[in-house]
Amino acid sequence: MKAETTSLPPAGMQRLRRRRVAGIGDPILGWAVRILSVGALLAVVVMIVQTAVDASTLFRHVGPLQFLFGNRWEPSNTIYGALPFIYGTVVTSVLALIFAVPLSIGVALLIMEYLPRGVAGPVAVAVDLLAAVPSIVYGFWGILYLVPDPRPIEQAVAASPLGVIPIFAGPAPGPSYLVAALVLTIMILPIITAVSREAIAATPRLQREGIMALGATHWEQIRHVILPFARGGIFAGAVLGLSRAIGETIAVLFVIGNAPHLAASIFSPGYTLPSVIASEFREANQPFHIEALIALGVILFVLSFGVNLTARVIIGRFERRAGGADVR
Amino acid sequence: MTYRTPRRNALVVVVGGALLTVACANTPAAQSQTPLPSSSASVSASTSGLDLTQVPPAPAYSGAITGAGATFPNPIYQQWLIDYNKAYPQIQISYDSIGSGGGVAQITANTVQFGGSDAPLKDTERAAALAANGTDVLHIPTVFGAVVPAYNLASVTAKLNFTPAALGGIFAGKITKWNDPAIASANPGVTLPSTAITVVHRSDGSGTTNVFTGYLTKVSTVWTATLGANSQGKEVAWPVGLGGQGNEGVTTTVTQTPGAIGYIELAYAIQNKVPFGKVQNKSGNFIDASLQSVTAAAQLSTIPDDLTFSSTNTDASDGYPIANATWLLVYQAQDKVSDNQARSQALVHFLLWVLDKGEGEASTLDYAPLPDALRTAALQKVATITWNGTPIVSSLYK
Repeated sequence: MKAETTSLPPAGMQRLRRRRVAGIGDPILGWAVRILSVGALLAVVVMIVQTAVDASTLFRHVGPLQFLFGNRWEPSNTIYGALPFIYGTVVTSVLALIFAVPLSIGVALLIMEYLPRGVAGPVAVAVDLLAAVPSIVYGFWGILYLVPDPRPIEQAVAASPLGVIPIFAGPAPGPSYLVAALVLTIMILPIITAVSREAIAATPRLQREGIMALGATHWEQIRHVILPFARGGIFAGAVLGLSRAIGETIAVLFVIGNAPHLAASIFSPGYTLPSVIASEFREANQPFHIEALIALGVILFVLSFGVNLTARVIIGRFERRAGGADVR
Repeated sequence: MTYRTPRRNALVVVVGGALLTVACANTPAAQSQTPLPSSSASVSASTSGLDLTQVPPAPAYSGAITGAGATFPNPIYQQWLIDYNKAYPQIQISYDSIGSGGGVAQITANTVQFGGSDAPLKDTERAAALAANGTDVLHIPTVFGAVVPAYNLASVTAKLNFTPAALGGIFAGKITKWNDPAIASANPGVTLPSTAITVVHRSDGSGTTNVFTGYLTKVSTVWTATLGANSQGKEVAWPVGLGGQGNEGVTTTVTQTPGAIGYIELAYAIQNKVPFGKVQNKSGNFIDASLQSVTAAAQLSTIPDDLTFSSTNTDASDGYPIANATWLLVYQAQDKVSDNQARSQALVHFLLWVLDKGEGEASTLDYAPLPDALRTAALQKVATITWNGTPIVSSLYK
């Protein structure tokens, strides 16, 4: 992007000068901004501390490791194990990322490199608009179409020799890790695409012209200049997408089948951390049930915080190496 | 630029503290009261001379009454609230259908004037409410409903018959194919497919689950053997199946999944036109859930004093075996839980109206009204609600 020099028309300058003499706006704004930002930070700290304290009462009932690695979740028997939900969250999010990243890079390249300008704009807007669809709508659409439509294919795969491999084993009743991952793929596509687009746009013009002068094809230009430069940005987009996928609640609740069991097959119904909290919180009457759900919330928080932190470190490395695309 | 100083932090803490204080203050100041002449000396506790089947004139109360609880009777409750409000516009009653467990929790915490639950309070819950508020919770039954096994089998057009053993086996995960002999033997002449059975249950805690698992616990040894000690409850450790959120969620999942079977409230099944099967009752008859068969099951041989009972697995030969009542929960000594006598009078007035006028509307929304004997017992129970030891009804009928 071009750097723009800021210049105000003369009339504007005068108005600004007059203001500055009598202005109390500056200190007010300054204070407001400081108070609000400290308040926001404080809110986060208070939230973390309170939930952690609430959750910790659970450990009078079940040991932390037993909770973390327990694979049975039976509130009626006051047995609380978080593993089915951690597993479900990780499987659906990672699957979604595996689907969404290549797709997003493709869409970003298409918009930036291949489509004529008049078409690229509308396509970019259309992709961005996917992010504006409320997640409950994705959930509805998912249960009405994305669950039944691929079901015959899933059942065919499960019945074929591939079904011997545990991850493709049947029966495939419909709601599953796979369908949840597909819904998440569409939901995280716009953010990864948008960030990747910015990263591609930030590729230095000189380098692109350089490799073209050497007689490189368009593909070679993408392969050897654009993608290496955009790598950090694409990675950043992927992490943002992953965070969204980990935290997505409602759309997943609709299509994953809400079964608190561990299953290797991606055609099996499962459960995720946020969706079990949303599902059970209202009617959590068993001893330690609420505490266990809050503890799941803490795990979710740690998971998403960990992903973001790791990403920052890795992005930092990319930047130092490539010196390019500084998208955060 | 400097960012934070201790002084600024202190300011934020004060602001944050003020917000917290506002958020924590839960009960609004008591509304203006209309004190009635204290008459504990002159009026006896006897209410036998009153005709409780006539709704008395409304007390001098204008304002809100709030309730919360079971989702299953919500459609009829909302209808009652609309009609009651039409008749008595000055009294606004609201009912938040947050689930039976939530209803019990809120009435125990005394944050609502009445609760709703599909399951009578457990002894521990009752003791907790008594300890917290110093007065007992009364169970006022309102309507009966039924839980039906709804299924999705495109190739089967006849209404399927289910034996208790078949239902127990299916939901315990022991019967996995639709053409299993346990199902087929009860359905001669019906060609059942070999499709795998997909069990659908509630993912949230639910009074419906409590009724259904309570029935299975009574009739199926396979079910109790599989589930162990906690085979009945608002939530159980389902060995198999998909979870759906609410009656709607189970209904949607069943209609979307070929080979699925789930349990839902009769009213939801009828309104969504989901096929559901007949269930074999104690007398060996396969009974279709309907207003008639639910009403038959509601004829209790004995009505217990506290009006808590289970009507599943009825003895009636034409009764549907998975029928259940739903209750409103109110405190007996209203002066212990309220400082607003007029509001308590209005609450009692509403309960009388429900049992008199409201009952008549129940069947239009596929709920069975209380049989006469039970309705009389419920009215007499309402008459035991007191203010400072005096039955509130005695101040309503003048």
